[in-house]
This record gives sequence, structure tokens and C-alpha cells, in this order.
Amino acid sequence: MDPYALKTLNAERRARRAAILVTDLGDGRDRIVREGDQVAGDLGTAIAKAFRTGNSGSVEAEGRTFFLNAHLPQPRLVVIGAVHISQALAPMAKIAGYPVEIIDPRTAFATPDRFPDVALHAEWPEDVLKRQPLDSYTALAAVTHDPKVDDFALKAALDANCFYVGALGSRKTHAKRVERLLAMGASAEQIARIHAPIGLDIGAASPGEIAVAVLAQAIHAFRSRGLDAKGAAA
Amino acid sequence: MENSIYLDEARDPLIIAEGWMKDGKDVAIATVVETWGSAPRPVGSHLVIDADGNFHGSVSGGCVEGAVVSEAIDVIDSGKARMLEFGVADETAWQVGLSCGGRIKVYVERLG
Repeated sequence: MDPYALKTLNAERRARRAAILVTDLGDGRDRIVREGDQVAGDLGTAIAKAFRTGNSGSVEAEGRTFFLNAHLPQPRLVVIGAVHISQALAPMAKIAGYPVEIIDPRTAFATPDRFPDVALHAEWPEDVLKRQPLDSYTALAAVTHDPKVDDFALKAALDANCFYVGALGSRKTHAKRVERLLAMGASAEQIARIHAPIGLDIGAASPGEIAVAVLAQAIHAFRSRGLDAKGAAA
Repeated sequence: MENSIYLDEARDPLIIAEGWMKDGKDVAIATVVETWGSAPRPVGSHLVIDADGNFHGSVSGGCVEGAVVSEAIDVIDSGKARMLEFGVADETAWQVGLSCGGRIKVYVERLG
């Protein structure tokens, strides 16, 4: 392995950015490919798939055998709002492989008693996200219903290109939210990425069912990353 | 730690390999490149080895690490990468085969 490739790979991994180490198993030469780098041909197709699935493996291309080692950051879910839905969502998401952090400045809601075994911040999203910024391997679900708490985090999630952004509230509530986000400087294209009303349409009624709908929608967003762009180009 | 959102730097094989390199050590990196049947560690898993035989990470559940370490020391000496195969169907099965019944292919290369 090229020492420079190892340094580059570790730097990407530390920064929570996806990278693939491509090794030619014939001559041992290797290089790092970052998400978004253009690679042509069959190798490029295999690399794009590895970024999406996170699966490593060998691929035959250009008469050679390459090993693709996919290093994807651990996807995670940040929930704005220590509400009833979040109590169900946190353990479910953890089991599905998406560690959860919950942010809610309302100390009556954000209590360890209501949220055992969860990273819980009884602080404003502004303060927590300054310390721990969002990124494209983070999903954000805003479920407080309160613009004072939700809006900043939603704008931050759009700017950080979170793989999933969902916001609780009716269509009417969301229409008002769109106006506020536009006023905050978000583009219409960015705002269109928000899933609102939140969750897959499975007729969810109880907090637990809504949590299932939100988690399923976030997983779908994660597993179909990059597919929309490709479809549009074709 | 599985599911940690940040790297567990003290146990991360590739971070450790970089640290060894900075300390001027000779290092080999072993990578699981293929698995068949029931294999304890997924494709892409790493074992990193220094010239003294110190190692971190894993390519199996501890079944074949010893063999990989000794091959890795040869790879550090020669600089030539090797492809190793382990499994019940392998002639080495009685020595270091995988008791789980799976087969794995491990690529061992020198760092630098």
C-alpha cells in the first residue's frame, strides 16, 4: 500500500467522508477515490455501486482485477425534539444500525429518565451543532413542531447536505415553514429535499408507528443515495 | 466499537498502521478480499502487522491470524505482496483452517 494513500484514506475517515481504496491485485498499485470523483468505464460503475452500498469486493475491469475497499462513515440520525416519537425512534434506529443523538433545549422533555441509553443534549441545536456539525452521512429528523427549535437545525441540515431531512407537521404547517426557510436564505431546491409531512405513507398513527415510518424513510434515503442524480442524467 | 460515529483510533488497524509508519516501523497490511460460506470477518477487514510480529485488527475470528502474521513478516522482508487462502478445503486446513467451515482469501502487502 502506498503510504500516501493510507494517510489520505485515514484523513478522509477521520473527517467522516466516504472514500474507496482501489487496489490493482495484479501489480499492487493503489489509489484513493473520493465520493464524486469521476471514474470511467466498468471500474467507475463498480465504484459508484460500492459508494452506495458500502460493500467491498473485487471487480474485473480493463482486463485487470481490482479490489475496492469501501470506507463509508457510520450513518447516524440526529433527532431534534425529545418527544414521544423520539422515545420510540431512538431504540429502533439504534437496532437498525443508525446511532441516534437527540437535541432539545426544553429540559422537561430532554431527561435521561425518558431517554435511557441515548446521547441526549438538553441544549439549543445552535450550540450542539456548532460542536458536532452535521454531514452528508447524518440524517436529521425535526419533530418538535416548534419553529424556534426546528428551523435552525433544518437549515443546517440542508446546508450540510444531510442524506435525509424530515420535518414533522401538516402540509399547512410545512407551507409556513417553507416561507421561513426561504427567508433564512435556503433555496427552493434545498427546501424540496425536506420530507414533510415526515415519514413513509404507511398510515402511521401512534408515536411508535410514526417512528417506524420515519426510520424507513431515512433508510430508503440512505440506500438510494446518488440514484436520483443518475436517473436525471439518463 | 461498532456503531461509533467516530473512529475508535486506539483500535483502528489503519490508524495504527499509519502511526507505526510515522514511528519508522516496517508494516504489512492484510486485507480480506473474498469470503465464501460462513466467514467470521467481512470482506475489507484488516490485520496490520509490524516487523516484530505485533498486530492489530483481524481477518478471522482468531483462527488464521498466526499464519497471516508469519506470512506478513516475509512480505515485509521481500516487499512482494501475497494472496493467501484459508478454508476447510485447503491443504492447510488441519493446521490453521477455519473451524466455521468458511473460506477466505487474504491479500498481504507491505506498506511503502
